[in-house]
Amino acid sequence: MSSGWETVIGLEIHAQLATRSKIFSGAATAFGAPPNAQACLVDLGYPGVLPVLNREAVRMAVRFGLAIGATVAPRSVFARKNYFYPDLPKGYQISQYELPIVSGGAVGIVLEDGTHKRIGVTRAHLEEDAGKSLHEGLGELTGIDLNRAGTPLLEIVSEPELRSARDAVAYMKKIHTLVRYLGICDGNMQEGSFRCDANVSVRRAGAQQLGTRCEIKNLNSFRFVEKAIHYEVGRQVELIEGGGKVVQETRLYDSDRGVTRSMRSKEEANDYRYFPDPDLLPLVLEPAFVEEVRATLPELPDQKAARFVRDHGLSDYDAGVLTASRELADYYEGVLGVLGGEPKLVANWVMGELAGLLNRDGLEIGGSRVGAAGLAGLLKRISDGTISGKIAKEVLEAMWDEGQAADAIIEARGLRQITDTSALEETITQVMAANPGQLGDYRAGKDKLFGFFVGQVMKATAGKANPAQVNELLRRMLAGP
Amino acid sequence: MKLHELTVAELGRGLREREFTSVELTRHYLARIASGNAALNAFITVTAERALADAAAADQRLARGEGGLLTGVPLAHKDIFCTDGVLTTCGSRMLAKFVAPYDATVVERLAAAGMVLLGKTNMDEFAMGSSNETSWFGPVRNPWDLARVPGGSSGGSAAVVAAGLAPVATGTDTGGSIRQPAALCGLTGLKPTYGRVSRYGMIAFASSLDQGGVLARSALDAALLLAAMAGPDPRDSTCIERPVSDYAAGLDRPIRGLRIGIIREFFGPGLEAGTGAAVQAALDGFRKLGAELVEVSLPNLPLSVPTYYVVAPAECSSNLSRFDGVRFGHRCEEPRDLRDLYERSRGEGFGAEVKRRIMTGTYVLSAGYYDAYYLKAQQVRSLINADFRRAFAEVDVLMGPTSPTPAFALGAKTDDPITMYLNDIYTIGANLAGLPAISVPCGLVGGLPVGLQVIGSHFAEELLLAVAHAWQRETDWHGRRPPEPVRGAP
Amino acid sequence: MTLTRRDVENIAHLARLQIGAGELPAYADSLSRILGFVEQLAAADTAGVLPMAHPLEGEIQRLRADEVTETDRHERYQQDAPAVEAGLYLVPKVIE
Repeated sequence: MSSGWETVIGLEIHAQLATRSKIFSGAATAFGAPPNAQACLVDLGYPGVLPVLNREAVRMAVRFGLAIGATVAPRSVFARKNYFYPDLPKGYQISQYELPIVSGGAVGIVLEDGTHKRIGVTRAHLEEDAGKSLHEGLGELTGIDLNRAGTPLLEIVSEPELRSARDAVAYMKKIHTLVRYLGICDGNMQEGSFRCDANVSVRRAGAQQLGTRCEIKNLNSFRFVEKAIHYEVGRQVELIEGGGKVVQETRLYDSDRGVTRSMRSKEEANDYRYFPDPDLLPLVLEPAFVEEVRATLPELPDQKAARFVRDHGLSDYDAGVLTASRELADYYEGVLGVLGGEPKLVANWVMGELAGLLNRDGLEIGGSRVGAAGLAGLLKRISDGTISGKIAKEVLEAMWDEGQAADAIIEARGLRQITDTSALEETITQVMAANPGQLGDYRAGKDKLFGFFVGQVMKATAGKANPAQVNELLRRMLAGP
Repeated sequence: MKLHELTVAELGRGLREREFTSVELTRHYLARIASGNAALNAFITVTAERALADAAAADQRLARGEGGLLTGVPLAHKDIFCTDGVLTTCGSRMLAKFVAPYDATVVERLAAAGMVLLGKTNMDEFAMGSSNETSWFGPVRNPWDLARVPGGSSGGSAAVVAAGLAPVATGTDTGGSIRQPAALCGLTGLKPTYGRVSRYGMIAFASSLDQGGVLARSALDAALLLAAMAGPDPRDSTCIERPVSDYAAGLDRPIRGLRIGIIREFFGPGLEAGTGAAVQAALDGFRKLGAELVEVSLPNLPLSVPTYYVVAPAECSSNLSRFDGVRFGHRCEEPRDLRDLYERSRGEGFGAEVKRRIMTGTYVLSAGYYDAYYLKAQQVRSLINADFRRAFAEVDVLMGPTSPTPAFALGAKTDDPITMYLNDIYTIGANLAGLPAISVPCGLVGGLPVGLQVIGSHFAEELLLAVAHAWQRETDWHGRRPPEPVRGAP
Repeated sequence: MTLTRRDVENIAHLARLQIGAGELPAYADSLSRILGFVEQLAAADTAGVLPMAHPLEGEIQRLRADEVTETDRHERYQQDAPAVEAGLYLVPKVIE
């Protein structure tokens, strides 16, 4: 981006709530059903049917509100947002407008350079999702599948406090982590369970007034959020610098071409004619209900990370990585519990070797082929000196592929470290005898050859020698009698 | 005694005592419909086969000594109630071919009580009208005078009960649509408290005002039907969790000492003289029965019609957006594009009055006008509600005319919407405040029925029915029938 | 309030209603009369009055348990639809 410009971004995140049934009907919310198999009379907007609010959706919204330190409204109101679109069966979306269920919270984000930032959450409100339009294979027609219609959504609206695409991604990841911790959203972005609209504007550095914003719709991956914002900022700056003006509009991110473009269907200015939904009385939450929800809140990522730093001596960064999902944090603590200590060793292995294997096989921590107890069994053998870290990597891979415990693999493959001093001394003597030239040079002052001898000893022991012990013995024996 | 002259209560007794069977009774009514409906145009659909099957099933129940007070008694439903497997049109071209895939709660409950469905009655399109002249299926005629309207929007239900084509019928009341046709056809018409009867399956006009109810020959019949229809429904969260009384059992409570408030604002210049005199005579009658009459003023009540004509169109503009030619209902031929599909399907499917109200509602909710119209109307609604609340702190019930005039001639008011809207000047207030109200026959003017309206506080149905019943014990206006035969009737 | 033809066209479009050119003057006239009639509300003193959206505002919304109670009935429902294919409702091409 050209210097001298400031970017202002606000995100509207749509998190599908993980209820069994829809927000206003008893139809299932499962993903992937045949078209319209999960669209009941209420979802289809049949004449005469009425919405009845799902208690669990309310409870989930309250969980979110409490988790971000927001105000949970004792009285909130459902409103109708009126517009015509084929994926919107009633011609209006039931949403919340003037009185949302959650308002005024905040979340903290940590940028890559370690900077901490608080991002305000203006509001979070309950609403129903729309259906889907399908264009493939129908020629000049569009097919409408209303299975998704009526799925509960929590729309989480940030303050326009994000200043870069990276801020935006960090914030979105933070919310993503949070909703999964809370168990209110599965966070599956490919299935559209977690997606966002980004409001982007630019202004001259130091300007007080906000620039004209564009809304980029339906971003369903962190990468797209970053790319779309990046592109959009560049477009706006270029436009203004070229003497043009940004027009307030809705844009779509074309991921194939990496550009945003104006949405034709949203060209005309909408007049949504919001008004309170007369089919739904105000939602009144008794303090007892809110307190009951509060009592069931899990330890939240920030709290957990702070505890990891405090109790386990981890860095902020490591604590952040390990608490990015509840499952990962549980795994880490599971290993630690079995092992009974060495929090840094555990952190390094979970974030390093284990993460590498998960990544290689495209698995989440929940799908790890080595469980927390299994990894603890392996790390125990490092800390008691049975195997070296290097051998341990080989053992972990074998555990991963063969599904056996660390000890079984160490035994079966004879990987136990050689710690018998006399056996090692004998090997070193042989190595020295086999390499008289190098020995001479070393003794003549070529210190760099020390590494050569380490390598030879390790080779002769098939890596099973304890490296620290090898170092110590070599240093003494190479020095000469 | 002819079968069609018996009340629901009498029919129920006759059926249980096996004086006649439900099949005989149903055949009798189907015969009357076959000859009488052509002149009235009161039924959109006659469900003869289903009726006879329902009746046979009811007879079996009765023969086993099962069934209740309503088992085997025929009825007609306003064509606004979705009825599984039966054409449900709402009086509109939009739904002219719509066979509902489910039963409204009211339909389900009355069927479960063993009632026999004769058919679905004509109505103003989407219940928008006060004369039954906006129906896609043509106007309904008043059995008291075929040149006159039966009132609306439940005009078909009123006409069939008044003409003896059904012993009782359901209706809905958004601004007077049960009470006004009941008044114009000489019936007892009850609009319950908002939230007393489930709205599930009742095609919505204005959701904060709509309420299902009964058009009957007597307060007792209305009480029997209400008890079977009312009560909480898990499918309508605006339907209130509150037990249902045995309304029939409560009818005999004495009205001596009852404090009746006479609404001053209902006796102004718009009230036709003969109607005013009949209502005044009824009020005197109540005084003779030992009630105490006091004049009360509800100063904001005259604003109820303009308030209604903001609130109701606003809600209807949104409620009727679902009729878009995609999932059900009328779809235009060969739409060029999406916009054309919407605009032509809706333009063709809705009649002029419905379009007028959708546009009024769209306008009052649109950016820049919301505060001046919609919000203002909601505030005035608050004032009207407060007026009622104050009045009910002083009196037990409120009384006044139901309609400013008796039945008027077909076509007399179709040119000017405002003139038509003012027919509901006395009935709309109860809808805005969600109050129960009943219209009972209280006289004839020029051979046409006049209705007395009684309004109660929330959930005071039992009292309203008792007041109506007390009146009907002393008078026989409710027993008067239009001239027989209805042209062509047996 | 007097509505012009153009106003009526705009409202009709917002409401997705086709109104024939020949009908516009009549709608402009009747809608203007209706709006003129409801404008008498402006005279009411509503300073500080809370709006009333619902006749039962003192009542609390009843909630539903999170249970799946519906079964797949799309074949029946789609009998009501003017155009369907492969379980989908069909409309003219939607351009995003």
